[in-house]
Amino acid sequence: MDISLNEDNRDILTKDGGRLAKVWGLMAENRLAATGLIFFIIFLSLSLFGAVTTNGTNPLFNPETVRLSDKLLPPLSSATLANMLKSELPPLGIYILGTDDLGRDIFSRMLQGAIVSLQVGFISIGISVILGVIIGGIAGFYGDRKVFGPLTVDTIIVGLIDIQLSFPTFFLILTVVALLPPSIWNIMIVIGLTGWVGPARFVRAEALALKGQDFVLAAMATGMSDIRIIFRHILPNAISPVLVSATIGIADAILTESALSFLGFGVPPPNATWGNILANGRNFIFDAPWLIYIPGIAILVTVLSFNLLGEGLRESLNPKLRSG
Amino acid sequence: MRKGITLFLISIVSFLIIHLAPGEPSQIDPLNPRFTKEDIVRYRAAFDLDKPLPLQYLSFYKKLFSGRLKSFKDNLPVLGKIKERFLNSLPLFVVGTLITWSLAFPVGISAAINRGGIFDKTTTFMAYLLISVPGFFMAYLLILFVVNNFHVSVLGMRTFGMEDASFIASFMDRVWHLVIPSLLGSLVGIAYLSRYVRSQMLEVMGEDYIRTARAKGASEDSVYYHHALRNALLPFVTMFGMLIPAMIGGSVIIESILAWPGMGRLGYEAILARDYPVVITLNFVAAFLVLMGTFFSDLLYMLVDPRIKL
Repeated sequence: MDISLNEDNRDILTKDGGRLAKVWGLMAENRLAATGLIFFIIFLSLSLFGAVTTNGTNPLFNPETVRLSDKLLPPLSSATLANMLKSELPPLGIYILGTDDLGRDIFSRMLQGAIVSLQVGFISIGISVILGVIIGGIAGFYGDRKVFGPLTVDTIIVGLIDIQLSFPTFFLILTVVALLPPSIWNIMIVIGLTGWVGPARFVRAEALALKGQDFVLAAMATGMSDIRIIFRHILPNAISPVLVSATIGIADAILTESALSFLGFGVPPPNATWGNILANGRNFIFDAPWLIYIPGIAILVTVLSFNLLGEGLRESLNPKLRSG
Repeated sequence: MRKGITLFLISIVSFLIIHLAPGEPSQIDPLNPRFTKEDIVRYRAAFDLDKPLPLQYLSFYKKLFSGRLKSFKDNLPVLGKIKERFLNSLPLFVVGTLITWSLAFPVGISAAINRGGIFDKTTTFMAYLLISVPGFFMAYLLILFVVNNFHVSVLGMRTFGMEDASFIASFMDRVWHLVIPSLLGSLVGIAYLSRYVRSQMLEVMGEDYIRTARAKGASEDSVYYHHALRNALLPFVTMFGMLIPAMIGGSVIIESILAWPGMGRLGYEAILARDYPVVITLNFVAAFLVLMGTFFSDLLYMLVDPRIKL
């Protein structure tokens, strides 16, 4: 059958676009969420800018140049030009955010660290969400299948959730990271593997609620495969709580990574992360307090922006929470 | 019964963590500074890695509870070491919980009563700020603030060389040393709990019986504290158990920075010293404590809510 875009269909399409615009409008109305979104965009562009400008053989901002004559300089101080090679000079000749105890430019190091936070946040939460969707989908959709005696798929998965919730996550992550060889990938995988409970619960609840609904039964009757039903019909309905928990999960993952770096179990040196800049700066807490304030505030603002964004999404996507 | 099964499964998971480490000396990655050949030999002996898996599991817990599982560092029984450190951490957890609950409730209730007001907006923002601030950054800010303004020392459990001081002076010294880490440990809890109190109060205030109470002429205070709060209180009993994991996890950083000889610091020291029996057992103990906490709050819940029976 040929489906042409008649008046009605076009109306539906514009309505759909209208819904997105509505969410967007609600986000803009919610001032906290809008602030979160703006800071997130700033963070995203800075970390991408940092990835481009601090890498390569002759980067614009070199985070590893050691200048012992310029150590522990406060922000905005200019470089001592006398005994320095041209390649060692910071761009513009000033240290925007000061230098550390080896005379390395903090601005360049912060730029280099931004991409680490971004990667850890997004990749580990990506792992959590994929795992959570699969586990939650199985629990909700095949929950009443018997595995062994009175044991159903759902009881097993709820038991798994109980176990995961009993372990203090940070302790578990620290142990696993300490046993495995140091690398950023191990950290991301471990954070990701411990964060699946949130998304799994939402998908499970939604799948349980929708399984008996007519449109799902109709889809089954047409012979659609289970995987297709889960992904096409159930998941879209669970997307908003999952999106909210993922956004807040990114905030938590960034905090966890910075805490690991701070304790010395993060990305191996000389690569800078915000956590290890702060850890390095604590030895000069009274002489060079900016070494603590700059990374600390950067982590705070980034994490805060994700938390506000998540909360704003929750309010915009859930009609019950809208005021008025 | 269910908790018993969960405990058994937790014991298996804690045991399986052992196998994350490279098992054979030949599997050693020369680039991994955390595991040397000597470590492997000791590790294999301590956890009986030559035996089949179920036997390994049994012997691990037999050794643990009979005190034959020894720390690599000082050869003391692992469980005794953890118990000693746990008793040090206990005051932090207790005071932290007290601070959390005594601050979160008034804040959450007044925010709910003045919904949309300045107080509500400020505390909402403060709550987001508190859950977003890295614990270690907050610790340094607090240390700088307290040391510069009150001129007291806050590292460790008490100031060194205060043994001869008067009772009051040494008592105050103890209090300062206790309050700072407890406060740090309770910040995230305050943020979550006060938000939860607020939303719970708002939900209850929309109920019919609140309208009835107002209609029969009860004063506003009586409506809030007598009718609303009582019914909003129920779910908090479960929050008690849910705040424990965050507190234990957070203690690693707080105790390390403030040199408090508790469980979290023991974990950090053990990881640095590659004292694997302690590290692995600590996970089991921490999960066990969380389980006890949730069990306790389930019991409380049954006590408060007559609708739930065994």
